[in-house]
Amino acid sequence: MLATDLLQYTVSGLTLGVIFALVAIGFNIIYNVTEIINFAQGEFVVVGGLLAVFFVGLGFPIPMAFGASVLVTAALGFGMERFVIRRARNASILSLIIITIAMSMIFKGSAMSLWGKDPYVLPPFSEGGPIMVAGAAIQPQALWVLAVSALVVIALSIFFHRSVYGKAMLACADNANAARMVGIPVRQMVLLSFVLSASVGAAAGVIITPISLMQYDRGAMLGLKGFAAAALGGLGNFYGALAAGAILGLAESFTAGYISSGYKDAVSLVLLLFALFFKPEGLFGSSEAAKLKKF
Amino acid sequence: MLTVKSIHTYYGNIHALKGVSLHVGNGELVTLIGANGAGKSTLVNTICGLIQPRKGVIEFQGKPIQSLPPESIVPKGIALVPEGRQIFATLTVEANLQMGGYIHRHKREQIQEDLHRMLERFPILNERRQQLAGTLSGGEQQMLAISRALMSRPQLLVLDEPSMGLAPLITKEIFKIIQELREEGRTILLIEQNARAALNIADRGYVLETGKVVLQGEGTMLLQHQEVQRAYLGKGAKQIVDA
Repeated sequence: MLATDLLQYTVSGLTLGVIFALVAIGFNIIYNVTEIINFAQGEFVVVGGLLAVFFVGLGFPIPMAFGASVLVTAALGFGMERFVIRRARNASILSLIIITIAMSMIFKGSAMSLWGKDPYVLPPFSEGGPIMVAGAAIQPQALWVLAVSALVVIALSIFFHRSVYGKAMLACADNANAARMVGIPVRQMVLLSFVLSASVGAAAGVIITPISLMQYDRGAMLGLKGFAAAALGGLGNFYGALAAGAILGLAESFTAGYISSGYKDAVSLVLLLFALFFKPEGLFGSSEAAKLKKF
Repeated sequence: MLTVKSIHTYYGNIHALKGVSLHVGNGELVTLIGANGAGKSTLVNTICGLIQPRKGVIEFQGKPIQSLPPESIVPKGIALVPEGRQIFATLTVEANLQMGGYIHRHKREQIQEDLHRMLERFPILNERRQQLAGTLSGGEQQMLAISRALMSRPQLLVLDEPSMGLAPLITKEIFKIIQELREEGRTILLIEQNARAALNIADRGYVLETGKVVLQGEGTMLLQHQEVQRAYLGKGAKQIVDA
């Protein structure tokens, strides 16, 4: 019985954790290139999930609905950078961060007027009931969440470490002026970072909707927990985000299982506070590098 | 190749360049010397497009470039080795070089070929090609910054204070590299505080003081010039007393 519970909570914790990690990775992509913390990241997840519901409603098969939702959300990310952030490019980082909060409210409001206040569900990606492993019931969708997230992470690391554009984005993050002096168009890299992180957010939204439903106002909590994962893992650090996301997801799931589900949201936030108090550079960040950063 | 015609650049309200003109011909090594605050770096930043001049014209191969951003100037054939090296510290040595060739990113073979040439030329970089560039010593970083700039196959190489912060022996080595580049027929604009070393290897030189060119001429001639000797080479203090 004990072992069964443990397995059950671990699987649901990891499922939740990779979603936090994907949100955190979205934060990191933009942060790395611009030092902006994009508080509309959670809304990308919501919009991604709701758009997938919309496309499935139109009769799209799941893979196509997934692709379409990611594309439209990527276009939103594009628009956000091109028509909002870029116009304010001479503002300070803090002002830009506040602009992203405004954008999150606009996205949330638009989602509410388009979809109303009801939660929506997507059919699971594959048919069939839960898989029984040692007495624990594992939903096939949980496996889909883990698999798609793994694919996203692998694709991103290949992009950043193998492709010219990925390396150019890292170069901008490292030293924007030097990047301009070798001919890298920094503004385009910033644009790319918004598109990429909107896509990652949308993917997270689509895969989680069959499990936890999607509602217009879920963005704030998702964004907050994703931010907790990003901060805990060390801002800008992809593998740190992955590990921290898993830690947060497991902590939430165990709290909900063994203590009370009422405390599950508090756990991530308490962990975030501890991280900010005692290890502001994150579990996997370098304290020397953190001293040089503004946020 | 490069003609700067009476440019005026401002930093906010500070009039940093007050009508500077200079000229770099094909295959020449031209140096620009001056003390701290004379406007050397402002001039470099203006040529490379990081700041735009309020007045004046900068022509590169006959075409005006003074209103272009750096990412459009690099493809025209000007590469900068920036002051303080400015390598990508968190990227590997190899990735730094690849980024130097960013404007040729669609010509994979050319990048590979140039990469090999750079690593052959600087064996120490070859040894460290997978290391993060931030872990290199100052001299190695300067070599990396120079080879990164060469990766764009520039027609004009601009070096901004390449000897800054380096030990005298390393400085000597860097100047040797610059001389070799010149012998290969490259066109170079060298900005330096180390006036003696710069004038020794330069064809021509300009002396910048408080935003104006106060002297210009052949390298060896400037070395002999009394004003230069007094102000930049620390000679002739006695003569001033006599006068």
